[in-house]
Amino acid sequence: MILSALHKEGVEIIFGFPGGAVLPLYDALYDDPIRHLLVRHEQAAVHAADGYARVTGKPGVVFATSGPGATNLVTGIANAYMDSVPLVLITGQVAKSFIGTDAFQEADITGITIPVTKHNYLIKDAAELPGVLSEAFYIASSGRRGPVLIDVPKDVFDQEAPFEYDVHCEIPGYKPTYEGHAGQVSRAVKAIRSSKKPVIFGGGGLIRSEASGALRELADTARIPVVLSLMGLGAYPGDSELFLGMPGMHGSVTANYALTEADLIIASGVRFDDRVTGKLESFAQNAKIIHIDIDPAEIGKNVAIDIPIVGDVRMVLEEINRKLRPGETAAWLKQISAWQQQFPMPTGSLSANGGLKPQFVIRELSRLSGENTIVSTDVGQHQMWSAQHFIVREPGTFLTSGGLGTMGYGFPAAIGAKLAAPDKRVICISGDGSFQMNIQELATAVHNDLDLTIALINNQYLGMVRQWQDIFFDKRYSYTSMKGSPDFVRVAEAYGAKGLRASTSEEATAAIEQAMQLKGPVLIDFVVDPEENVYPMVAPNHPINDIIIGGEQ
Amino acid sequence: MKHVLAILVENKPGALTRVSGLFSRRGFNIENIAVGETVTPGIARMTITVEGSEALIEQVAKQLHKLINVIRVSNLSAEPAVMRELMLIKVRAEIGNRSDIQQIVETFRGKVVDVSPNSMVIEVTGNEEKMEAIKLLLQHYGIMEIVRTGKIALLRGSKVLRDY
Ligand SMILES: Cc1ncc(C[n+]2csc(CCOP(=O)(O)OP(=O)(O)O)c2C)c(N)n1
Ligand SMILES: [Mg+2]
Repeated sequence: MILSALHKEGVEIIFGFPGGAVLPLYDALYDDPIRHLLVRHEQAAVHAADGYARVTGKPGVVFATSGPGATNLVTGIANAYMDSVPLVLITGQVAKSFIGTDAFQEADITGITIPVTKHNYLIKDAAELPGVLSEAFYIASSGRRGPVLIDVPKDVFDQEAPFEYDVHCEIPGYKPTYEGHAGQVSRAVKAIRSSKKPVIFGGGGLIRSEASGALRELADTARIPVVLSLMGLGAYPGDSELFLGMPGMHGSVTANYALTEADLIIASGVRFDDRVTGKLESFAQNAKIIHIDIDPAEIGKNVAIDIPIVGDVRMVLEEINRKLRPGETAAWLKQISAWQQQFPMPTGSLSANGGLKPQFVIRELSRLSGENTIVSTDVGQHQMWSAQHFIVREPGTFLTSGGLGTMGYGFPAAIGAKLAAPDKRVICISGDGSFQMNIQELATAVHNDLDLTIALINNQYLGMVRQWQDIFFDKRYSYTSMKGSPDFVRVAEAYGAKGLRASTSEEATAAIEQAMQLKGPVLIDFVVDPEENVYPMVAPNHPINDIIIGGEQ
Repeated sequence: MKHVLAILVENKPGALTRVSGLFSRRGFNIENIAVGETVTPGIARMTITVEGSEALIEQVAKQLHKLINVIRVSNLSAEPAVMRELMLIKVRAEIGNRSDIQQIVETFRGKVVDVSPNSMVIEVTGNEEKMEAIKLLLQHYGIMEIVRTGKIALLRGSKVLRDY
């Protein structure tokens, strides 16, 4: 019954891991044409489904068993919730008569996941299943996207019930607003027309609502520079002259100066995270702010808004574009390009040991990988260097854990991405710490013969934490050394993948070129300068124009 | 300032947990909460009193709205409304002071609902100030136990909260 519903929803692949409570479900999978990807840890199943969903825009589907299977999903679910990724997760539960008795492998997964799901269900009767499944797909993939979990007791899988499936459903308490209020749109247009120093500040919402085209039209017609949050990278071409980079803690100087000096900010599909705004009281003091978002609760949550517009960001931008005129922003753009000249992105300190620079590695990956590439990252310094130096051109081609900052996200997400887009090149840029959080998925990648490259930025540290200890804790490197890590090349080989190593710039370029030619999973161990820091940097809760420029260029 | 929110929810398992959990998770303080059926089968009404600024209450309401089971959220403090709470008080009472207590109860239009050789149970309905006032007066005799329902409220006039 569940599989029939998945067929109706057009599901092509399930990410999962079996167990006692889902035996009946897995038995049904045995001779079903739907593909199932067997991971090596349930957390990886969620991240892979998440990667798949970010690339296709369709909900990722996950199966796991009761108890530990279900609790292993939690980090992945929280990660998807924070980044508004559509997922439908189906967990097994102990049989109905055992619920509440601390039975073997019982965990109250609906209770546990209330705070990190958009909605969840505990099924008591198989007759509820068709209705709940169609609601789950609808809720996950409409409005502000998010994960929905369905917990199914083992005996319900075996129960017979009539199957009538309707992919359209009505939910009394759930009616997302898509169209922007016409009056507010007019006010926005007026504000844009009269602005001398406008900036578009875009985020992940642009990607979820497929608003890149509309964004391009707005920026290019009205000549408005664009900054994109970490989640928004790819919504506007990273090599365009109007693109200023990412704002915030490790954003570009120009992006931060532009937000600070702007007289108008067109915030589109963003949520004003503290990593972007810095000290709230001094954020964008000179600007009127238009905020377009599908989630009314995001509007005014952190920053006071002058022109709020609740709606689908693509539809609202298209509405605005209909009334657009070429902008007169030449003087402002001149100021911006002066900042860009003065403050290029730092490419690494010239430290005495002269080792391989992580920034150089990312730039080479960007240069050599070509346009048809999807990048996923893990969390830490390598993530920020990727955001700064990898040129992202298309929406859905930069997958990263933004809201939760989940180490271990990158590699399984790359696996999901490769399955979503087999024709694209997929690169996972990871760190030596993060990669070890889901290193077991090498088996999944090898088993399924997936062509992907793992670019391991190996600095032998939990680098981002070490950086904070360096700057704020007097270089007291408390438990941030990764000494004791394995030889990653040999680990890759032990799993049956290929392993390469690079310790100099020349070796790095050669290894990347070689990896691009190889089939199957390839890991490149880039042994980089261990004490390189990420700059520019805005200290937490400082104004975003109070920037530590840092590092020679 | 205190705000009284009326929340209509689909009466499904877990709906109450979702609402109350949201308050603690987002750092909003519930002062009191009352839940019960409405005229529409399957729909329950929660009345929640929260302390906070206008901006905070707006954020509370928006976050509540995002819960799938929540159909409507309305801030009743913003409009004329009837607000009531019911309290039961068990107070120490000997034969000698029962009539004194009885008098206080009558002044507050309360009711004595149980009497034992050394205690009485009193029922009072009203607003916050009335509750506090009678508590203060009865303290003198020794309050043994108190239970309150939490505030409930309806808009004045014929206006109602739509439950669809
Ligand atoms: C699951 C999890 N645990 C802890 C952290 C805190 N944390 C943030 S970055 C980081 C270091 C990551 O190290 P590595 O993957 O080697 O990346 P690097 O910063 O060295 O590039 C840590 C421990 C986190 N983000 N996620
Ligand atoms: Mg590291």
